[in-house]
Amino acid sequence: MTLTATSFPRPIEHNGLGRLVSAMSDILAVTWRNLLGYKRVPQLLVFSTIQPVIFVLMFRYVFGGAITVPGVSYVDYLMPGIFTQVVVFGSVGTAIGLAADLNTGLLERFRSLPMARPAVLAGRTTADLARNVFVVLLMAAVGFVVGFRVHTSAPEFIAGLALVLLFGYTFSWVFATVGLWVRDPESAQAAAFPVLAPLVFASSAFVPTNTMPDWLRVFAEHQPVSVTATAVRGLMLSGASTSDIVQAVAWSAAILLVFVPLAIWRYQRTA
Amino acid sequence: MNHIAIEATGLTKKFGDVVALDGVSVSVPSGSVLGLLGPNGAGKTTAVRILTTIIRPDSGSARVLGYDVVSNASAVRYRIGLAGQYAAVDGNLTGRENLRLIGLLTQMPRNTIAARADVLLERFELTEAADRVVRTYSGGMRRRLDLAAALVHQPPVLFLDEPTTGLDPQGRLELWDVIRDLVSDGTTVLLTTQYLEEADKLADNIVVVDHGRIIAQGTPADLKARVGSTMIEIGLPDEGEAVRAKSVLARFSEDVEPDGRKVRMRINDGARVLIDVLRALDAAQLTPATMAVREPTLDDAFLALTGRQPEPRESPDRQAVAVGGA
Repeated sequence: MTLTATSFPRPIEHNGLGRLVSAMSDILAVTWRNLLGYKRVPQLLVFSTIQPVIFVLMFRYVFGGAITVPGVSYVDYLMPGIFTQVVVFGSVGTAIGLAADLNTGLLERFRSLPMARPAVLAGRTTADLARNVFVVLLMAAVGFVVGFRVHTSAPEFIAGLALVLLFGYTFSWVFATVGLWVRDPESAQAAAFPVLAPLVFASSAFVPTNTMPDWLRVFAEHQPVSVTATAVRGLMLSGASTSDIVQAVAWSAAILLVFVPLAIWRYQRTA
Repeated sequence: MNHIAIEATGLTKKFGDVVALDGVSVSVPSGSVLGLLGPNGAGKTTAVRILTTIIRPDSGSARVLGYDVVSNASAVRYRIGLAGQYAAVDGNLTGRENLRLIGLLTQMPRNTIAARADVLLERFELTEAADRVVRTYSGGMRRRLDLAAALVHQPPVLFLDEPTTGLDPQGRLELWDVIRDLVSDGTTVLLTTQYLEEADKLADNIVVVDHGRIIAQGTPADLKARVGSTMIEIGLPDEGEAVRAKSVLARFSEDVEPDGRKVRMRINDGARVLIDVLRALDAAQLTPATMAVREPTLDDAFLALTGRQPEPRESPDRQAVAVGGA
């Protein structure tokens, strides 16, 4: 049997608009491949949901009783923070996945293929966005079980989740860059914690910032996790303040503006 | 066809302070096999990565089927296949899904991908395992799938970076057959290897690299000729006869040494001289008890060309990758 039979057509060399269409199809192909990975290794998904569930239970029932937030029940204050935290921690998965692909030589192969350059990263982050949709919906369900209630409207609640997902997508690009930089899954995991712990805990995600010392409070109130959690809280609890939403979107946009080109640049130089 | 499929001129590449390539030029005629031979860290993989558009050379240029690997990388990528040292396939996908993914990403017409995957799975004896997740494959199966993945879009030029490293002898022979099939269909192949025997068996031309430089090139026969000579070893019934044999054989070669009951001689053009050697011994009423003729291997060639055995050293490619790959 011949392997180069002329009965098979050669690849199609795209140009102009065709290139754009084929770039989209490359992104979809890579997304499909990464989602299959989640299907084949469901542990990845399970472990990424256990930790946030524990956080919900811990903050709701262990710490929550000792935390008073004026004007709102603690579980209602907590859940927008949990949504935000969950996608931020989850984005480490992007780094781990890319570092693993780097190690198996798969990225090296992709770089020799006539595919759109950013498709590997765009497909990875899109698959991780899909994963976040699942995880965030699951957390919402857990939240409702432990007493969380939306005080605004369904559209605002959904807008809040959308804001969370945008933020998660943003952080996927941050950790795409990290994964390509540190080059191995264990290091990616190790590198993530020192970056994420201050962002997630020195924030208004779980506790109000008013008891923090001034120097920390200034940081805590303006850093992206807090700003996003505040905007989501507004959307779900008290009606959204436009300025909060604008600030949150601005943070995501700014981070994307830096890290999308950085990750792509890094990808092109890595292998 | 006398067209040049792969042409590289003066390629250099440094990773930090490590010089991986130091002015390498190669030229591979269409439909032929070039063997890039050298120890670990010689620069073979770096050369392949440049020719497959994965990294850019610091200086020098290269063309594949006439397309520049830097300025026209995209055109090159449509026309090349790459199978590396690491069986770069996705362990979480089935064999069939891996081939489908590559088919999509090489812009194969969608309606042909499934049929193409079937042909490849069949050829590489993976049909039964086609719908199993690749992490359950054996090392040999992964390697076969890796090579199949490099062939999905029927590239006219194929790069194989140490394709048989880690395969068992049976697997190596099978892979050699596949490579020969591809070449007989007109595919141009550049393969790297540390196995001197492999280059000898497969390649039309061999380029020997060491420390990023070409130290020799030619056909396998050329290289052997440069090493010199055929070794003939004649065993005689006793040492006295061995000494007599030595004086008889002295007129064929300056390099005759007795060793107990054996006489070893090196001669050029060994096979043709052999009959004269036997006649001379017979005329002197010497009857060899044993006789061995050994053609020089490429190991001998390496020794003759570099003054040392091919010894692996830390690969600059991988080393540089570990510290950031700039």
